[in-house]
This record gives sequence, structure tokens and C-alpha cells, in this order.
Amino acid sequence: MIAFFLRRLVSAMAVLFCVVTITFLLIRIAPGSPFDAERKLPPAVEKQLMAKYNLDGSLWDQYRSYLGKLLRGDLGDSLKYRNRTVAEILGQTLPATMILGSAALLIAVTGGVVIGVTAAAGQHTWRDAVAMLIALAGISLPTFIIGPILVLIFGLWLKWLPVGGWGSLATLILPAVTLAIPYIAYVARLLRGSMIETLGQDFVRTARAKGLREYVVLYKHALRVAILPVVSYLGPLAANLLTGSIVVETIFNIPGAGGFFVNSILNRDGFLLGGVVIIYCALLVIFNLLVDCLYSVLDRRIRLDG
Amino acid sequence: MASAIRFFKSKPLATVATGILVVIALASFLGPWLLPPSYAMTSPESFAPPSWRHPFGTDLLGRDMFYRVLSGGQISLIVGMAGALVSLVIGTAYGLVAGYMGGRIDNVMMRIVDVLYSVPRLIFILVCINAFYARLQGLAESLGFDWLVGSARIAILVLSLGVIEWLTLARIVRGQTLALKNRAFVTAAVALGQTTPVIMWRHILPNLIGVVLIYLTLTIPAVIIDESFLSFLGLGVQSPQTSWGSLLADGAGALNPLRIRWWLIVFPAGMMALTLLSLNLLGDALRDSTDPKALKHK
Repeated sequence: MIAFFLRRLVSAMAVLFCVVTITFLLIRIAPGSPFDAERKLPPAVEKQLMAKYNLDGSLWDQYRSYLGKLLRGDLGDSLKYRNRTVAEILGQTLPATMILGSAALLIAVTGGVVIGVTAAAGQHTWRDAVAMLIALAGISLPTFIIGPILVLIFGLWLKWLPVGGWGSLATLILPAVTLAIPYIAYVARLLRGSMIETLGQDFVRTARAKGLREYVVLYKHALRVAILPVVSYLGPLAANLLTGSIVVETIFNIPGAGGFFVNSILNRDGFLLGGVVIIYCALLVIFNLLVDCLYSVLDRRIRLDG
Repeated sequence: MASAIRFFKSKPLATVATGILVVIALASFLGPWLLPPSYAMTSPESFAPPSWRHPFGTDLLGRDMFYRVLSGGQISLIVGMAGALVSLVIGTAYGLVAGYMGGRIDNVMMRIVDVLYSVPRLIFILVCINAFYARLQGLAESLGFDWLVGSARIAILVLSLGVIEWLTLARIVRGQTLALKNRAFVTAAVALGQTTPVIMWRHILPNLIGVVLIYLTLTIPAVIIDESFLSFLGLGVQSPQTSWGSLLADGAGALNPLRIRWWLIVFPAGMMALTLLSLNLLGDALRDSTDPKALKHK
């Protein structure tokens, strides 16, 4: 177990290193200076700014100093929001993104499991057909269609929920549901497939023969085995949720990191952009590590030294 | 042909989906030509609700939304199809090599795919587009490719979206290749002394085409969604060109509790939803009709 964990940790570090390097290069390839603005700065001022942020050395020098700073846990300073470090900005905005993402993850998995099990248990009945049609719609419709439509219906016409803002449970519902819907559908489909396969196995027949109630058979015995593909989908799911949250934060005016990500591209704010990308990837790498461990706990048949 | 008829007879839903797709594609490509050119222009009629003259209403600048939804569809569909083709080439080549080479090469290549799955690819692509767009435009200008200068943004979008949507196809192609490479005709080709590239190109690839084309139907909606995602954030297709994503962004921006301008959301969203649903329905039906595992359950 420990050897497995260490190996995964090493490969996770390698992935992060690649992410840092590629991000750094991509940001430097982009033409134009971060100090371009409507009003051109005097050359002397620009030169001083470049020196202050260490942008005047060779590419290799810049890369080395950036890596060195990262190793000390310093993400650098924002080039646009003067006097604020990237770490400060992320510290203020990441909590909102994380709350939104966790809520959506919870909704996606719970909703997907319930729909998927219902569909599999009633295979070839109307329940299955309806569930799969809903799932198809969910998969087909991206957040930027669902979001504005939900706002229109529940926010503006019915006036049940607030259409934006942040800070209470009511403001969390619409964005989290919007973000979760496509993945509820995805989880449901995935689970239906593996559940149908599992329900045909002997141990399920045994459980039924013991006279267990149907929901115990489904949720306690079969689900434990059938959930495995869903667990291995959690990694890509988290990546998609993080990407999707950028749109959802824009639609619902949530003060998360997504808005800063978009702005940092438009403003050529290299350090901020790099910081957001690196933190997003680090979060995902950690999450994937946890998922791998969870997977091995759930499925004892998987040998970790492999 | 006969098998196509049989397919549509056995899948009524897929037939409807195909019909809808044909109508939307025809309308998007012909509509902007047939409508009077004044519809594309700005007019003083800002935010007019749907009427006989403007069936989908007008936007902030008084442009006809029907015209804009159709021309946006044109861009979305073109980017979707072209991007899917790019991903098809990459995914097929990658999966073919991994599957046929096998062993350690396969292991490393597939591990890379696993890692890429759990990295926010769209976020990287955003950074990429930003990095290469101005370069490509400059290159096109210096080479005198006038046609490319205007559509450099779209060209970059197509390329980069193709570059991110190939992962699933690579997995599928690899799986198929693994199954194919142990078949007798491949062994025969090896015994005849044919080289590996020739075997891959002449013997394995032709047997993959069916799977790859079916998966293409499922990649197009994925690329359309990606493109609209970028355009929604204002980082994809740029004004005056439009796509469903940028129309939705305009609509979402104009939403406010006092004046509910629903037509700015409902029409682009509905059109895009219909397209995506139909493409997914058709792709699923095609996949099921060739998947022996799915047939067994019937």
C-alpha cells in the first residue's frame, strides 16, 4: 500500500512538473507585453517594471527563478492587480470555487447513482426508458445552456431562487445544480451499464434468495461492486467540474477563481494565469491520488503493487 | 444502402434525429443567404420581442436574432465538424500505434491518455489559443494568405479543439486494434514479410473505419460544446462572427429581473440543444447497432 502510494506520488509530482513547464512556456510564447494598455507606458517605466517582475532575463533564467519561487511556495505577483500576490487572490477566490465544486460533485454522484440504479433495476420498463432519455438530454446540454434556462425559469419567472450572488445556501442551489446536471447524466449511464452486468451475477441471486429486501440487494450488495467504474470516473469528473465552474461562476456572478482565470488571459497577466492553472492541476492531482486509494479500498481484488 | 434503410426502420428516434439535423444544417448554411441582407445589419429596433417580421426577436443592436442564430449555427457546425475530423486523425493514429505496438509502448501511451483525462484540457487549450492566435495571424499576413487572416481565430479553434477531443477515440481504436492484430489475416501479412507501417495502414486501418466514423458522430457534439464554451467566455469566436456560444453569452448578459428578454436565450439555446441531442441520439443508435454486446440484451 505504501509503495503504491509513493509511486503514485512520484508520478503525480512528475505530472505537476510538466504542467508547470508547459504553462510557463505557453505564457511566454504569447506575444505582447503584460503592460500593454490604452496608454503606452514610457519605455523607462516599462523597463523598470520588467526588471521588477524579473521578465527581462533570458527564458531559461526566468524559468529557473519561477521554479525556485514555486518550490518556496511563492506563486509570484499579479501583473494587473498591482500590490496583490497571486497567492492572495487565490486565497480569497478559491474557497468559493471549491464549495461550488464539492456541492456539484455531491449532487452529480448522488443523483447519478439513484437514477442509474433505478434504470438498471427496471431494465426494459418505462422507468429505464425515461431515465435514459433524461440522461441523454443531460449529457447533450452543456452548462451554458442549462444555466441561463434555469435562471430564466426558477429565478426570473417563478422567482423561487436568487439568480446570482454568493453567501447563502439559496444562492448555492442553482449554480451547483447547473454544474452537476451533465455529470448526473454521465454517472447514471455509467452506473446503469455496470449495474446491469452486476445484477446478473451469482451473489446477487444469493442475496435475493436469502429474502433480502430489494433496495438492500440493490444499494448494499450490487452497488458496492457496480460503483467501481463510477469511482474511476471521479478523476475526469473533477477535471470537468473545475472547467465547467468557470462558466457557472460567470453566469451566476460567483466570486471564484474562474473569473480571475478568464481575466488573466485577457490581461496577459502571466503569473496569475500560471498560478490558477497550477493550483487547479494540483487540486486535481491530489484528488486523483485520493480516488486511486479509495478504489483500492473498495475493490480488494486490485493488487496495489501492480 | 439496404443496411442504412434497415437501420432507420429499426430506430425511429434516430430517423427523427437525422431529419432534424438535415433541416438545421440546411437552414444554417442556406438561411443567411436567402434572408434579406438588412437582417444582418444593426437597426434602431433594439430588443424587439419576437414578431412576424423578426420571428426570434432582435438583440441589443437591433440585429435580427433569426439571422444570427442561423449564421451562428453555421460557424458552430463548421468548427464542430472540422474539429472532430482533426481529433479523428489524431485519435486513430495514436490508438492504432498503441494497440499494434503493445507492450511497454502501449502502457506508456495509455498512461498518458489517463493523465490527460484528468487534467483540465480546455483550460490548457485556452492558454494555447491565446499563445498561438496572434502568431498564426502574423504568419498568414506575411505569407499573403488573406483568406486565413480573417479566419485565423477559427482555424486555431478547430486545431486546438481537435487536439483535446481525441482521447476517447484513441481508447476505442486501441481496443479494436488489440482485437484485430491477433486475427489470421494479420498473422498472414506478418508471415509474408510486410512491414509494420504497411500492416497498420493496409490491413488494420480499413477494419477500423466503421467504429471511427460512428464515433465521429459523437465527437462533433463534444467539439461544438467546447467551442461554445470558449465563445461563451468571450475567448472563442470573436465579433462580428458569431456562434451559438457567443449568442448565449449575449443573452445571459442581457438577463435581468426587470425586463425578461427570454428570446435572446431560448432560441439559441433551443437550436443548440436540438442539434446536440440529435447528434448524440444518432451516434448512440449507430453505436448500439454495431455493438454485439448491446444486441445481446435485446
